[in-house]
Amino acid sequence: MTQTRNLIDENGKRTDGRTIDELRPVKIKVGVVKNADGSAFIEFGRNKILAAVYGPREVHPKHMALPDRCVLRCRYHMSPFSTDTRKNPAPSRREIEISKVMREALEPALILEDYPRAAIDVFVEVLQSDGGSRCAGITAASVALADAGINMRDIVAACAAGKVDDKVVLDINDTEDKEGGADMPVAYMPHLDQVTLMQLDGVLTPEQFSECLDKAIKGCRMVYEIQKQALMQKYFGNELELKEEQ
Amino acid sequence: MDGEQLPMQEIRRKYVIPGDKIIEGNFRPLSNVIRSGNMLIATRIGIAEVGRDGAKVIPLSGVYIPRVNDLVIGKIIDHSSLSWEVDINSCFSAHLPAQDVFGRDFSPARDDMSKHLAIGDMITARILAFDRTRDPMLTLQEKDLGKIPRGELLKISATRVPRLIGKRGSMIQTIEQATQTRVLIGQNGIVVVTGRNSEGTKLAVRAIRMVEEEAHTANLTQKIRALLNVPETTQEQAPNTAPPKSQEVETAIEEVEEELEVEKGEKL
Repeated sequence: MTQTRNLIDENGKRTDGRTIDELRPVKIKVGVVKNADGSAFIEFGRNKILAAVYGPREVHPKHMALPDRCVLRCRYHMSPFSTDTRKNPAPSRREIEISKVMREALEPALILEDYPRAAIDVFVEVLQSDGGSRCAGITAASVALADAGINMRDIVAACAAGKVDDKVVLDINDTEDKEGGADMPVAYMPHLDQVTLMQLDGVLTPEQFSECLDKAIKGCRMVYEIQKQALMQKYFGNELELKEEQ
Repeated sequence: MDGEQLPMQEIRRKYVIPGDKIIEGNFRPLSNVIRSGNMLIATRIGIAEVGRDGAKVIPLSGVYIPRVNDLVIGKIIDHSSLSWEVDINSCFSAHLPAQDVFGRDFSPARDDMSKHLAIGDMITARILAFDRTRDPMLTLQEKDLGKIPRGELLKISATRVPRLIGKRGSMIQTIEQATQTRVLIGQNGIVVVTGRNSEGTKLAVRAIRMVEEEAHTANLTQKIRALLNVPETTQEQAPNTAPPKSQEVETAIEEVEEELEVEKGEKL
């Protein structure tokens, strides 16, 4: 985590030309995997991630089923071609951890009690990675869950903030993640105003910590708007308001 | 339900996604709605509807979750000595007790269950009981329920079933009449088409697939008529002369109305 070069130039621009409060361009497409019950494809900067949701469906093996609620199973996986040097396709320690935190980030938004003895499977496949893929993965998975028609309390939006050149910045990319001072991915439910995931890698002062969290939540709200738009676009076309009938 | 139905202007509708606030105040949460403080929150993507009796969301996606009294089409996948196990295209497999078919004096030693319904057979059944703590139970004790002897099997999304039935069964009647087929629709999204000849069946299958894919587009009945080469009557063209309304709104409202009718059980 030692910084070797300046990541913010004299004009306040970052390595990819963004200001410190700017998100990378985000694009979400809903319903791209026809075989799945719900799916989404997200482009978060140079991240390209596919999320597919199956279920609620029968649990196999049967002993895993819970009598009072649904089992949520998440799999985060990076394709061998998603990075510049080939990534071994076997699940790594990192992928197993991200699968777990992803499940824990999505679980509070789902009303799992509505589907007892069933299972919901969420597959997140990273096709191209560029830092912040867990946030993008959670964002896509949450849209896919909504597309699958699973009862949810809220949509989960995720975005990271971090420290670069001693400045708190929004949505850090791969270079900033590797060379910057801190990385804080946050998943957030905007309507319920609740955080479902918060991790921190790096060192922050208490002031920087609060600033970082606030900034990440602000980023999540921006991401939420894009999620909402993507879902609305698929189901209702361009019409966002249903006019009152006479 | 007829007498209580609200006049149109008192039903408020809007598009929602999970987490969206539908309305504030003392309304009863009906389906796909949860209460959070003084607010009613949608839990599914769909069309929210607030009436005098409460608020609900008509979902536009999702798998089939059984409900009591639903008519479903299922496949026998197994049987024990006392009941058949039926796949009803849901996350719960249903049970059909042998006593329902053989009567109260059923004896597992005497009666051969596979003679009546063998593994792989398709049946039409009604859901007798389901409370999510146990698997749904089926019954065949009604007219027109039982084994399906032949037909072309199709799976559509359960949320498209009201659209396929249409207003007072208009859509399905159009398809049946134009293709000389019988179309059996289960609430679980399984459809069986039986026809006199293969051309009619094929055409009906194409029409049903089209309804499924374009369920949200306006003038779907007209499109189906065009596909099936049904001459348009002046009566049916009349709605086109109405003042131009947003097409999507029109479809959405049609769907809501269809949903209501299905709930009333006018068809099926």
